[in-house]
Amino acid sequence: MEFKSISHLKSLLDNNKISVKEIAETYITKINEKKDLNIFIYFNEDKIHDQVKEIENLSNDKILKGIPIAVKDLFCTKNMPTTAASKILENFKPTYESFVTQKLIDQGSIFVGKTNLDEFAMGSATNTSFFGNTINPLSKNNNPLAPGGSSGGSAAAVAADLCLGATGTDTGGSIRQPASFCGVVGIKPTYGLCSRWGIAAFASSLDQAGVFSKNVTDASILLEEIAGHDQRDSTSSNVNIPSFSKNLNSDLNGKIVGIPKEYTIDGISDEINQVWEDAIKSLEKKGAKIKHITLPHTKYALPTYYIIAPAEASSNLARYDGVKYGFRAQDTKSLDDMYELTRSEGFGKEVKRRILIGTYVLSAGYYDAYYLKAQKVRKLIASDFIEVFSDCDFILTPTAPSAAFPLNEKQDDPIKMYLNDVFTVPASLAGIPGISIPYGHDKEGLPLGIQLLGKHYNEQEIFNAAFALEKDYE
Amino acid sequence: MKLDTNTINKIAKLARIKLSEEEAKDLLKDMNSILDWVEQLNEVNTDSIEPLANISSSILPQRKDESRDVNSSDEILQNSPDKLEGYFAVPKVVE
Repeated sequence: MEFKSISHLKSLLDNNKISVKEIAETYITKINEKKDLNIFIYFNEDKIHDQVKEIENLSNDKILKGIPIAVKDLFCTKNMPTTAASKILENFKPTYESFVTQKLIDQGSIFVGKTNLDEFAMGSATNTSFFGNTINPLSKNNNPLAPGGSSGGSAAAVAADLCLGATGTDTGGSIRQPASFCGVVGIKPTYGLCSRWGIAAFASSLDQAGVFSKNVTDASILLEEIAGHDQRDSTSSNVNIPSFSKNLNSDLNGKIVGIPKEYTIDGISDEINQVWEDAIKSLEKKGAKIKHITLPHTKYALPTYYIIAPAEASSNLARYDGVKYGFRAQDTKSLDDMYELTRSEGFGKEVKRRILIGTYVLSAGYYDAYYLKAQKVRKLIASDFIEVFSDCDFILTPTAPSAAFPLNEKQDDPIKMYLNDVFTVPASLAGIPGISIPYGHDKEGLPLGIQLLGKHYNEQEIFNAAFALEKDYE
Repeated sequence: MKLDTNTINKIAKLARIKLSEEEAKDLLKDMNSILDWVEQLNEVNTDSIEPLANISSSILPQRKDESRDVNSSDEILQNSPDKLEGYFAVPKVVE
């Protein structure tokens, strides 16, 4: 049984065509059938049945009553353990619920499980997880593909129809890139739109929660539920959250679309450029005007990001010391020895690499040359966007430089791996919203995504454009 | 080459991460190539540019500084790998 959207399932529930219990059982069966994809870090049938008993008693006014949702295992959840895909948080049971997941619970959704990710969200292929790789459900024959990352489990859960929506977090592309690899919709809203309370921190000035779904309407429904001001996150914005789903409007007449010339880069396949070209033509056909723009500091976005993100990570991950929660190394001789061995055994290779880079760029004598310099370049990157948005409504680019790549592709060059984020990182540094929607395929039949970027707090604009483009493939 | 083995070991000590010789060697290579790569930022003139730390700082509201009574110490202690009489326990610090 397949439910095509949140509103489809909700109307079946409202008309008593299906019960919350039947929905839960349907999805439990689906998840059990797809266990070999290693999408979930935590899946427990009893916990799902416990939720059903509570949800059954809720009023049908609850927007997400009975809607199956998968939660990236970076969000603290009181009823399910939270690992951040790291050995260092093995067996961690949060004593509180994240803001975002609490909002989803309040609206009656069923949490089907906690999804796999790159350890502490550091990666682009869900291959740095302590709990093993997730396999992209679109893989064919004997060629397992990566689902992208870091929110690869959440994107894969939606693509494999194991839920109707999933939470993700995006620091440099961790929602948009896996959405592109798995052929689903993924949105990273404006920095500050959703509270970071209860999300294991990676790079606090960049981390932002968002959602995955099968279509644009569902993404707009989910985002309006999880957005909102929260006193417990000092960077959470107190802005009015529009009803994105009710306001959806596919009329693009007179809209001005920016096409940045810096996003045409060497080594990108013709297929990706073709999909971009197709989307541009479609927008023109729908009445939008194309404007060629320039974002001159784009090429500096990746190196800027790979200073700022590790610096903030090294500070955020200092809390994992083996004292208060999580893993602790055994047979240690002194307190320092205990810290060093706990962190050495508890963190994986990529996390250690980033902590050490971050420690270096923040260390005495290097702070100005690296971290402060990067923050200044970040300002120029953000200013580029603000300037072009004075005369365009949104920007259209590809989401990722390739389709999903094979899982066993050798990833021994960190810089090559970091290039996965080349189209997504600039928007993260600028804090602007971005959505990726599937738009066409490569010659192997794998989905390719396009990305729409909007002004700060103007998610509606990119939802509308995505809603219009989505119709090309209905 | 920006880093040598001594610097790597010093940073690892600061970050409280013990590295094996093998790991230190691997990391030295990776970190040097990453640091060479980020060097390109020096091409950008940033004189008189203010560093950007937070994109939403201009509109952030303040909250009242009020205490809240939340006592979940028992629950919190349950997550601790070692505890003793309501405290977190660590290896002996003083002889």
